[in-house]
Amino acid sequence: MSTLKLLIVDDEPGIRSGAERVLRNFSVGYPFMEEDFTFEILTAETGEKAIELIESKSIDIILLDNKLPGIDGIEVLEYIQKNEYDVGVMMITAYASLDLAIKATNYGVYNFVAKPFKPEELKTSVENITKNLYLKRMTQSMDESGEGNRFQFLSVLSHELKSPINAIEGYLKMMKDKQVGVTIDDYKEMIERSMERIKGMRSLISDLLDLNRIETGHKNRNIQKLDITEIAKTVIDSFEPMALQRNIEISMDGDDDIYLNADKNEIEIILNNLVSNAIKYNRENGKVYISLKKKDTNIYITVEDTGIGMSKEDTELLFQDFVRIKNTQTQSVPGSGLGLSITKKMVELYKGKIEVESTPDVGSRFIVSIPAV
Amino acid sequence: MDTKDKKTIFLVDDDVDYIFQMTKTLESMGFEVISACGQKEAEKKIDEIKPDLAIFDLMMENKDSGFILSHRMKRKHPDIPIIIATALTAETGMIFSLEDKDDKKWIKADAYLEKGLRPDQLYREISKVLKL
Repeated sequence: MSTLKLLIVDDEPGIRSGAERVLRNFSVGYPFMEEDFTFEILTAETGEKAIELIESKSIDIILLDNKLPGIDGIEVLEYIQKNEYDVGVMMITAYASLDLAIKATNYGVYNFVAKPFKPEELKTSVENITKNLYLKRMTQSMDESGEGNRFQFLSVLSHELKSPINAIEGYLKMMKDKQVGVTIDDYKEMIERSMERIKGMRSLISDLLDLNRIETGHKNRNIQKLDITEIAKTVIDSFEPMALQRNIEISMDGDDDIYLNADKNEIEIILNNLVSNAIKYNRENGKVYISLKKKDTNIYITVEDTGIGMSKEDTELLFQDFVRIKNTQTQSVPGSGLGLSITKKMVELYKGKIEVESTPDVGSRFIVSIPAV
Repeated sequence: MDTKDKKTIFLVDDDVDYIFQMTKTLESMGFEVISACGQKEAEKKIDEIKPDLAIFDLMMENKDSGFILSHRMKRKHPDIPIIIATALTAETGMIFSLEDKDDKKWIKADAYLEKGLRPDQLYREISKVLKL
């Protein structure tokens, strides 16, 4: 059983002993926590004494009155915040003005309990603050080790890698059992779908390599003065065949002499992702419009399409790992769900920003701005 | 099998290829199949159809899409049996079963199946739920 140090700071002896009595044998459990938390109670009748105990005892939770004889509660809070102590604080106060509440909240107070309080109220509040503290510490340690994100990333990744394998395996089994006919032509569609899924896996793997490139940092980067217009032209050329299949027209305009000190591969990844999305999520006979502009100290790359667009809620999720907007219009479009998250990370490597404006069934516009240093 | 006696299965998954394969397999067993790709599309269809059995994938738009659909389906048609089919155990090692009383309380489904069953195993499970 783990014990948390709980400090009660109040100048009224009745409150101190009352709270101590209520909490002495109290414990807090959580379904996924192996052991319950119990409390070791400490008390202080002044703010000065409280600070002394905070410094010497590594306190976990504080019940803090504001009106104290010497320094008041807010000053204790200020001290805690300045020294970045990892404690959960709850204010106990007879009358809380809005002003005090705002101040205290800004100093990271978790909640308020009004005096006089019933034992049950106190217990509920302490239970909440304990859980909050526990979760906060858990997330902190997961964030520090990167474990939380990593775990989620890997579990989604394994799902994304396994579904094409399952699909292809399913088709092969059907062929092996000659489920829909005896000639190879009976399985034409299945073979094509299998090829399509393999293509999807290949693009996922290449996206993973791009992501790895960002995460491993500056290794193998080759920063040089690049002609962005030139690169954009090459990218457009490479997507011409894909656009032709659905009769999509790609056009580009903008200033001629746009230069950026950057790694060529990285800029290509940004443009590739934006242009390929603009084609993939477009309609037949649609248009893709690319504009390159230099304004003040920024370079603006805009990629616009006449495609399916998306809702505001969807745009908010768009740049996260493995987020794909799922609906009947996108279900047949292959994609790893990593392209835009990679694009965003790449843009941020250059201290730039990426934004999206979109209207369902009208189209989307992605705007990348990068400082041209 | 007479068309009149043909049982209809409502199949929901977010993988078009899985739907394609399952539809072929189920049709070859003599079932009629209505499918939906993803939770959103399925939610719309729940209001329009009355199948004899529903098979839902678990993780679609949400991690618990299959459970959400089960809940909706049971509210509308408490008598239609539901099978949750997923590759969850193979992928994460997490195990659900409807043997466990606690799970049974909140999972509104009648059976829970791992994906990738052989057709004969699948048929056996479906027959059990449909009481064929």
